[in-house]
Amino acid sequence: MTDFGAAFATAFSLIATLDPGLVEIVTLSLRVSLTAVAIATLISLPLGAAVALFRFPGRGGVVILLNAFMGLPPVVVGLVVYLFLSRVGPLGVLGLLFTPAAMIAAQAILITPIIAALTRQVVEDLWEEYSEQMRSLGAGPRQALWALLWDGRFSLFTAVLAGFGRASAEVGAVMMVGGNIDHVTRVMTTTIALEVSKGDLALALGLGVILITLSVGVTGAAFVLRETARRSYAA
Amino acid sequence: MTGTAMTAAPAILPLTVREMSYAVGAARLIDDLTFTLEAGPRTIIIGPNGAGKSLLLRLCHGLLKPSSGTVRWAGGAGIDPARCQAMVFQRPVMLRRSVAANVDFALALRKIAKDRRKRRVAEVLAKTGLEDLARRPARVLSFGEQQKLALARAWALEPQVLWLDEPTASLDPAATRAVETIINAIRASGTKIVMTTHDLGQARRLGDEILFLCKGRLIERAGVADFFDHPQNLLSRAFASGDLLW
Repeated sequence: MTDFGAAFATAFSLIATLDPGLVEIVTLSLRVSLTAVAIATLISLPLGAAVALFRFPGRGGVVILLNAFMGLPPVVVGLVVYLFLSRVGPLGVLGLLFTPAAMIAAQAILITPIIAALTRQVVEDLWEEYSEQMRSLGAGPRQALWALLWDGRFSLFTAVLAGFGRASAEVGAVMMVGGNIDHVTRVMTTTIALEVSKGDLALALGLGVILITLSVGVTGAAFVLRETARRSYAA
Repeated sequence: MTGTAMTAAPAILPLTVREMSYAVGAARLIDDLTFTLEAGPRTIIIGPNGAGKSLLLRLCHGLLKPSSGTVRWAGGAGIDPARCQAMVFQRPVMLRRSVAANVDFALALRKIAKDRRKRRVAEVLAKTGLEDLARRPARVLSFGEQQKLALARAWALEPQVLWLDEPTASLDPAATRAVETIINAIRASGTKIVMTTHDLGQARRLGDEILFLCKGRLIERAGVADFFDHPQNLLSRAFASGDLLW
């Protein structure tokens, strides 16, 4: 128990003194996850909105796939990205395996279906409410798409936050495609896994505290945003 | 905005509806309607619930396709009748943005240049008494204010025809009066008004002619005074005198 207490004390001192090793890991984690979120958002908002608004053969299958892929196992995503980026894989020439870029790709693939599926639901609900008025004003689904994304901005931001939460917390995919290389691809989750297996609890705990804080922060931000939207916009 | 801008486009009226029906499954909700709507007189569509009033507006406006029959606008080739109409619904649909942005959005869809849009938004909000609310989020407005905004948004488009689907159904007398004043102003600017209502007093106040529908059929068409004072049909007579039809 004293070990546990000591580990906690060291963890907080690492955070309080902004230990360079810890800062490096946190910075890389945020860089990877935020970039993955940005890429996934750019793809999934129009994708989710398009699935919501347009009728095409196989649409039902796409909706089912998007929803099913919300729970993609990170290790499977990691494995697929690994196979693509490995030397013998189709994208092997890019030399991206065990780089932050590979981790960004894996996380982006992991969260694109999450944001897209949530976007589809948000936009479909809005279209249900708006469609007669929009069509009366002369806007079909094509013209309405961007307007609906804008009008759904509060809910969609929550969806993006959900994607960020998932990206920053997952460990399996980034471990496989990043390789957990010190100073290169070591992020919070992979470091925690490694340090615990080494028996060094302090750094693991320090990073754990930061991860939890991030998670609470993200959830809090989503809550504040929804409340603001409800009060100010009746959204 | 003088209401003459749209007259630059060829007139889309009269509207000729011939043998129009609308069926869902075996139910004929609109049953073989034939009539013409001319520019000018305010046309009020009345009838009991389920008569097909709202459906009729949607069919004429183009939101629904008739199962059979035709809806034909004048104006000829090269003119898109849909761009010369606007509709205000019973429940105003407000975008999640400001009052001014709601009007601006409608104008932007018509590809109107930004500076012209800005002027038009300001004009129409002033005319509807909403200028002080321009920057407020539209959805926090009262129901009556939202309906005024829906009218402002429609008016900004300077339509040749404005369809109104029970626009005052959920409003108190003061808000109803404000909405009626705006409707008359829109009419005065040259727009044909076609409105459904359950309020027979309102039909007398706002209407020039009445289309009386029952169970999807056009039972009677007459000037307002004739309809209420000398209805020609038994059903019309019962309805005009406030009797319950079933």
